[in-house]
Amino acid sequence: MKKKLGSQSIRFEQPPIITSTATIVGPMEGEGLLANFFDYVMADNINNYASWEKCESYMIEWAIRKAVEKDNSTLENVDYILAGDLLNQLMATHFAMRSLGRPFLGLYGACSTLAESMLIGSTLLDGGFAEKIAIAVSSHHDAAERQYRFPTEMGVQRPPISQWTVTGSGSAILSAMGEGPRVTTATVGRVIDLGIKDPNVMGPAMAPAAADTLLCHLNDTGRTPDYYDMIYTGDLGKVGKQLVIDLMQEKGINVSANYEDCGCMVYREEQDAHSGASGCASSGIVFASYLYPLLKKGDLKKILLIGTGSLHSPTSYQQKESIPCIAHAVSIEQ
Amino acid sequence: MQIFVMAFVIGGLICVIGQLLMDLTSLTPAHVLVLFVVLGGVLSGLGLYQPLVDLAGAGASVPLPGFGHALVSGTIEEIDKVGFLGVFSGALKATAVGIMAAVIFGFTMALLFNPKG
Amino acid sequence: MAGNQKQEKSEEQYQKKVDQVTPKPPLLKNLLWAFVVGGLICTLGQFILNYFVDLGLSKKDAAGAAGAVLIFLSAFFTGLGVYDELGKRAGAGSIVPITGFANSIVAPAMEFKREGYVFGIGAKMFVIAGPVLVYGMLTAFIIGLLHWLLH
Repeated sequence: MKKKLGSQSIRFEQPPIITSTATIVGPMEGEGLLANFFDYVMADNINNYASWEKCESYMIEWAIRKAVEKDNSTLENVDYILAGDLLNQLMATHFAMRSLGRPFLGLYGACSTLAESMLIGSTLLDGGFAEKIAIAVSSHHDAAERQYRFPTEMGVQRPPISQWTVTGSGSAILSAMGEGPRVTTATVGRVIDLGIKDPNVMGPAMAPAAADTLLCHLNDTGRTPDYYDMIYTGDLGKVGKQLVIDLMQEKGINVSANYEDCGCMVYREEQDAHSGASGCASSGIVFASYLYPLLKKGDLKKILLIGTGSLHSPTSYQQKESIPCIAHAVSIEQ
Repeated sequence: MQIFVMAFVIGGLICVIGQLLMDLTSLTPAHVLVLFVVLGGVLSGLGLYQPLVDLAGAGASVPLPGFGHALVSGTIEEIDKVGFLGVFSGALKATAVGIMAAVIFGFTMALLFNPKG
Repeated sequence: MAGNQKQEKSEEQYQKKVDQVTPKPPLLKNLLWAFVVGGLICTLGQFILNYFVDLGLSKKDAAGAAGAVLIFLSAFFTGLGVYDELGKRAGAGSIVPITGFANSIVAPAMEFKREGYVFGIGAKMFVIAGPVLVYGMLTAFIIGLLHWLLH
């Protein structure tokens, strides 16, 4: 049976089950809107490690071990790990994988890495290439600032449109057998670039990619937005979210009734995150800590998770390039 | 007393111009600082920045255009003293204290402290 | 050709749409903070300058010395992790004075200490402030050259 749907989507014949998730976050996230949902909140952003990057590496390793533990499984049962972060050469991920010692495939989709890893992991399971897969993503505010923007002690004034990179890691175990919500379909995104050059304006840069992937998903699967209880994007922030609604409206599709952005679900107004959360961990911690339990309980029965990533680099920005973006979608149903 | 008021007002106004450029144009803070240093230098060369320094003291010398002024006026003074070599030697001679301070104190603080994020 | 024009048009349209929904910075609040903090830093500079003049330094030397003291204070508060808190509120008020220059040198020096003394502190110290020095010196050279030629 052909598993390809339409132009760029996949229907899983044996939908893999998400059997557990885990999250670890920094103190700012631990004081945010989802404060009580995380498995562990660090006391500060460095946790006695020698650098931000080493702390991030610890977070992603911790999240994977915790997800395995919650799955009542062992690391040896995990066939492959699919993971990624925002750092150059996936620094945090690779050193965590060195400790974990399982077969590993690294992924860079910027903030869309969670959806990307869920998509590829599900494909490996559905194809009978594995029984159990761990996926994980991480981001760290200070490590990202220092790499993409400015040293952390510099006095910079962030514009209101900017977003705050989440410090945290979210992980999940996908299994061929077991109980839990299932990954039923996926849509692979294309790189979309509508000319936004300012890296402070990431949400609006990514919105066209999110809209494009959502449109393709609906066309390929023949579904309408109200098929889903909720549609989530990864980290578009307040402004990006509004742009997705507008862009879909232009195509005659109304998503305003059941659409939210994970980046708007992390921080409280008083925490001054400006336009919202961003980073791989934005979708990572929201899905793993909050959406997954709702799916398990049955409060949410069908969701579409659209991970969104901006694929620029500090070099491309300095060379006056605009920001190419991508969005991948996975549908998760009970 | 008057010099303090002038220092406050002129210094504040120069910063306001910087803030306007940062908020209303697509210029980044780095662009604004380079612009200010160059502007201060050019005004200095035209003889227009020294009167501001005489009027507002630190209000003109502390903001970055003042640094540009120090570079240029130092160059010109040195040229008048020693001739052509001053084109190369004057600027750093005049700003040596500031640059040395920045490097030495910067290094010291980096030794003593770690970033908190 | 036509494809490119179409792409450019949709980019322009999208940029317009983005500009419409992008929140504007709180201009009045920012200007007020910039004015007050910038003014205060300069006033502090004036106090220090006067002190050095009273000690017998010439006005020019006193200005240099006052600058060095402000640089020290800025470096110290950057080290304590406090200057960035000021910077996010005061904007240009903390960036434009010489204290901002010092902050832009100390911050990367601290940040990149983890990469060692040579490749970290040493190499990265001027990663932000470098352009100010380069273009300042360039300006001084050009104007100096003109001055020498015309006089």
